[in-house]
Amino acid sequence: MTTTTHLVYLIALPLFSAALLLVLGRLADKWGHLLATLVSAGTFAIAASEFFAMRSRSGAARATTQKLFDWISVGSFKVDAALLLDQLSICFVLLITGVGTLIHIYSIAYMSHDRDRRRFFAYLNLFIAAMLLLVLGNSYLNLYVGWEGVGLASYLLIGFWNQKPAYATAAKKAFVANRVGDVGLSLAIMIAFAQFGTVSFAGVAAGAPHASSAALAAMGAMLLLAAAGKSAQFPLQSWLGDAMAGPTPVSALIHAATMVTAGVYLITRSNFIFDASSTARLLVVIVGAITLLFGAIIGTAKDDIKKALAASTMSQIGYMILATGLGPIGYAFAIMHLLTHGFFKAGMFLGAGSVMHGMNDEVNMRRFGGLNRFLPITAITFGFGYLAIIGVPPFAGFYSKDKIIETAFNAGGTKGYILGICALLGAGLTAFYMTRLIVMTFWGAPRWSKDEQHPHESPALMWVPMAILAVGSVASGFLFTSGNSMVHWLSPVVNPTGAESGAELMKPIVVSLLALAVVGVGVAYALVKYRTVPVEAPEKVTVFTRIARRDLMQDAFNEAVLMRPGQKLTAGLVWADYSFVDGLVRAVGFTLGTTSQGVRKIQNGYARTYALVMLVGVLALVATIWMVTL
Amino acid sequence: MDISNYLYLSIILFTIGAVGVVIRRNAIVVFMCVELMLNAANLAFVTFSRINGNLDGQVASFFTMVVAACEVVVGLAIIVTIYRSRRSASVDDASLLKR
Repeated sequence: MTTTTHLVYLIALPLFSAALLLVLGRLADKWGHLLATLVSAGTFAIAASEFFAMRSRSGAARATTQKLFDWISVGSFKVDAALLLDQLSICFVLLITGVGTLIHIYSIAYMSHDRDRRRFFAYLNLFIAAMLLLVLGNSYLNLYVGWEGVGLASYLLIGFWNQKPAYATAAKKAFVANRVGDVGLSLAIMIAFAQFGTVSFAGVAAGAPHASSAALAAMGAMLLLAAAGKSAQFPLQSWLGDAMAGPTPVSALIHAATMVTAGVYLITRSNFIFDASSTARLLVVIVGAITLLFGAIIGTAKDDIKKALAASTMSQIGYMILATGLGPIGYAFAIMHLLTHGFFKAGMFLGAGSVMHGMNDEVNMRRFGGLNRFLPITAITFGFGYLAIIGVPPFAGFYSKDKIIETAFNAGGTKGYILGICALLGAGLTAFYMTRLIVMTFWGAPRWSKDEQHPHESPALMWVPMAILAVGSVASGFLFTSGNSMVHWLSPVVNPTGAESGAELMKPIVVSLLALAVVGVGVAYALVKYRTVPVEAPEKVTVFTRIARRDLMQDAFNEAVLMRPGQKLTAGLVWADYSFVDGLVRAVGFTLGTTSQGVRKIQNGYARTYALVMLVGVLALVATIWMVTL
Repeated sequence: MDISNYLYLSIILFTIGAVGVVIRRNAIVVFMCVELMLNAANLAFVTFSRINGNLDGQVASFFTMVVAACEVVVGLAIIVTIYRSRRSASVDDASLLKR
């Protein structure tokens, strides 16, 4: 463990730039986007230099820390505001700053017609700062600050065009769903404090093997809840589809490549908790398996290109969560898939943005078609992303997803078969919906009106980032797996004991062939089914399609089970408060009021009346005393 | 002469005073009636002192006289002020307190 003094610039630079752009307001309109992009590139440069410095060190010295200040110091309880850069966080830091910088560059062109472009870039920088704090914090409490920061940035960016009420509502929905998850994280921190007396990762890791299994399971479940909220996993997944209301670069950066993967980071970072509690791990794989199928099924029914990609993101993060639940060997594969996914999904989102840019912001894929002739570069870069996500060798997704499927089968016993088959099925569905997406968008006959839409290729500022991400989609998987480099790189953090995978159910080559077979079936079926695409979505569809179009009833479920009873409860409480609590107070006031109205009549102001009343009173008193004594 | 006749006189004087306070409008007359009631009480005190053969009642009547003297000073001052501002000493006209 070495110490350093310049980790703080990773966070301070974008934070300062965001503050500057927001404070200066319109004064910074002319150069705000350039400053933000420059700062983002600067953080990437710092991250890259840190990465090479880390590679030049070896063993335990690779991790570096920087203490910023004493944050909380109460008796024996101390929390430092400190940063930790180790083999795990550097992966994220490079992804966030690298993809972040590309998306900054892309946004310069994409947002050029928006009069609030400066504000958009300020929020992007705010996001970069918060996300870096999230992955660099050395304790759960430091992480929590970044966790809330990215939630805020996500809220601001989803609702960036909040002049449209639907978009503002989408932002609010994302915020509220995230809040449910955040409750989980704060509870997990409380459990850590109560159980271990510390909230730093190192302290909790040291205490975890000796803690009671109930506490570990509870903390694991709460961390999983937090991850589900941030990463749009079952049962808190419903916000991600609506989050596509934000500008497309936001969808690419926050809701595909980085922020939504924070849940995977949280679980991977807390590997000591999940390694010590098989209950928590079981919950993780259940959530991952459900979500990967859930997202894939939704993806098959969506006509909105961004929502289809969002469903796909949900499904792919389901794969990562599944991998994190598969024990020490799974973490590295989860991070590997996270990084390759960061490349190909961000690339495809930027491609979708490029299509929207050329098609007057149309998002309905039924009104696309034949666009490869008009947007050739977009079609090619998107095609690389497509080949990567469905898992065609030698593209990135093949290596990372294949490893996850393999590990799922190796979980052993019935569990291994169930998880493996879920993962395989998900791969087939992925192939189907991605083929459907690319066929409807780029191939076939044009279904758009030639008078209103004039599709054209995007400027270089937009396609160059897409091309770079496409190169990443091609090469990253091979780089990560050649010589097991990723696993070796991460194992000091996520697999310190050097655990090996369990009994091999199937040989890796068999798994790969199986995966390729289902992918082939998915592609072939989609090709046959979408040879012709009707412009209007068919009305006569099976009940399954209808349910899938409505996001598998997730909103209806939330509305019926949570929202309506919640509204009834609050209405009941308001009524009870009004009629009982307020009623009691009002009854006292009413009684006093009416009584005094009556008594007031006696006070007529005539001195003689008062004298008479006194006289009568005295006489009555005397008479009473007299009668009593008699 | 029976000593209880003093008590009857005291009762009669007190009753006259009380009735006067209640039925008369002129503040000066009301005031005089109040004095009459006080003196009726004084007479009763002195009589009881005589009956009981000690000085307690006489002491009490001195207190009453002192209080009555103070009351006359303050009361007359109020009545004169009211008369100056309203050109009337009717107690019924001075009924503004009800508002």
